[in-house]
Amino acid sequence: MASVKEKLQIIHDPKRPTIDDYVNTLFDNFIELHGDRAYGEDSAICAGIATFAGMPVTVIGHRKGKTTEQNISANFGMPHPEGYRKALRLAHQAEKFGRPVICFVDTPGAFCGVGAEERGQGEAIAKCLYDFMALRTPVVSIVTGEGGSGGALALAVADRVLMLENALYSVISPRGCASILWKDASREIEAAECLKITAQDLYNFGMIEGIIPENSIMKNVKKALTFVLRELNLQNDIDEMLQKRYDKFRKIGVFQEINQI
Amino acid sequence: MLIDLFQKTRDSSMRMKGEEEKKPTKVCKGCGAELKALTFGKNLYVCPVCGRYSRLLARTRIRFTADTDSFHELFNGLKTLNPLEFEGYTEKVRELVKKTGMNDAVVTGVCTIGGIQTCLGVMDSHFMMASMGSVVGEKLTRLFEYATEHELPVVLFTCSGGARMQEGMFSLLQMAKVSGAVRRHSDAGLLYITVLTDPTTGGVTASYASLGDIILAEPHTTIGFAGRRVIEGTIGEKLPDDFQTSEFLRDHGFCDKIVPRNQMKQTLTALLSMHQNSAKGKKGR
Repeated sequence: MASVKEKLQIIHDPKRPTIDDYVNTLFDNFIELHGDRAYGEDSAICAGIATFAGMPVTVIGHRKGKTTEQNISANFGMPHPEGYRKALRLAHQAEKFGRPVICFVDTPGAFCGVGAEERGQGEAIAKCLYDFMALRTPVVSIVTGEGGSGGALALAVADRVLMLENALYSVISPRGCASILWKDASREIEAAECLKITAQDLYNFGMIEGIIPENSIMKNVKKALTFVLRELNLQNDIDEMLQKRYDKFRKIGVFQEINQI
Repeated sequence: MLIDLFQKTRDSSMRMKGEEEKKPTKVCKGCGAELKALTFGKNLYVCPVCGRYSRLLARTRIRFTADTDSFHELFNGLKTLNPLEFEGYTEKVRELVKKTGMNDAVVTGVCTIGGIQTCLGVMDSHFMMASMGSVVGEKLTRLFEYATEHELPVVLFTCSGGARMQEGMFSLLQMAKVSGAVRRHSDAGLLYITVLTDPTTGGVTASYASLGDIILAEPHTTIGFAGRRVIEGTIGEKLPDDFQTSEFLRDHGFCDKIVPRNQMKQTLTALLSMHQNSAKGKKGR
């Protein structure tokens, strides 16, 4: 298995599949939809409607590019509030029409900037967590590359959260962690190891439902999606599904409980 | 140090007067004015000279907010562990538990405010800058679940440096966990008032701090998602002084009202009293 250092290189490889590869390969008839209907369009989030094995679905994902140009236009996968609001708008649309929502997570994090603060980055992410938790349609989320903190979590409150074998998902970038801990951002590998951010770590913590092998990414993602969507579609009782979704997150946390004083 | 004034054991938490009288003068961190500790306390730890708001200990905040002797603490048996075996974390927590008399960065319980039964949560920046780990997330989740079960409103004073790095993904996922509990409380038709206090940032801003039905804030409070220095690093220039203040938030539409400390209790009382029958038409208490 790849080391954390190797994983960091693998997920930053410009040849690694992006949301555009996933929608073009795994889905048919993808139609991208734009805008949050409030402020604007954010190309750091790609979202739209497509069919997966003949079934209409809503696809939402962070967008990265393969070239510098593409990356600049997608803001390196770092959404602004309007990106999260677009994602939520389309999630609610999926809920209305009874389509499953499939999220692809690959972001260094939500964008940190003046406009993002002015337009309520915190509120936009909070609203995603709040609404996805109660969204009355199946939600599947796949962390394909970088799962960067709250900006990733906003698209990962789901009935099934899966990770690609080499994907990472962390509360803080290893670089940020190293600069806080040791005032030395170059010790990111060490920090990444301390933070336990690999798919294997998260699976062992019970935070994700599965790991997708990378020997053939597209084929395996397709297989995994087919499997979990079938499982979720068999679930006729939406209230029960929501209860399970709630319980899944509810049980996360490590603490000791002593008798109350 | 100003902080020393607030360091009290749990036993004396609600009665600080005797202690305060013994203390010498305090120096305001904002303007350097020398203040008599007692006068400062009577002024709710707001400097009478420059108007600077001092950060409060949770127990002081509770004393200012809950009706006298009405606060009953809940879920105080939860203790922090070190799930990632993060270097130095266990020691740091142990030291802070000793110093602050709290198990972690939030105190939760039930009380009356202006005679109205309310669940109250108060975060305390003196404990690891009130960062959110498993204990903070669990206590708040339980508070919202308790409030939902008992059909009570929740008032939450937030402050936080964000998610607690030392607990890794366990802390990040608390954002989803607490937000889920807030959602259920809301779906039951119950009132949640957030009061943003200095500083409310990161993962707390990006979850329950932004989800109140009514969001109040203390004046001149730092509130934001990303750290100021991070943004300055990104854009390569200095940001204006009022960036990420409560006033900035209000002006951009993300805070309902800025409420001075000496009007907080009456404002909360008024809001709570106007929502007494809120639980989806069910009769109030």
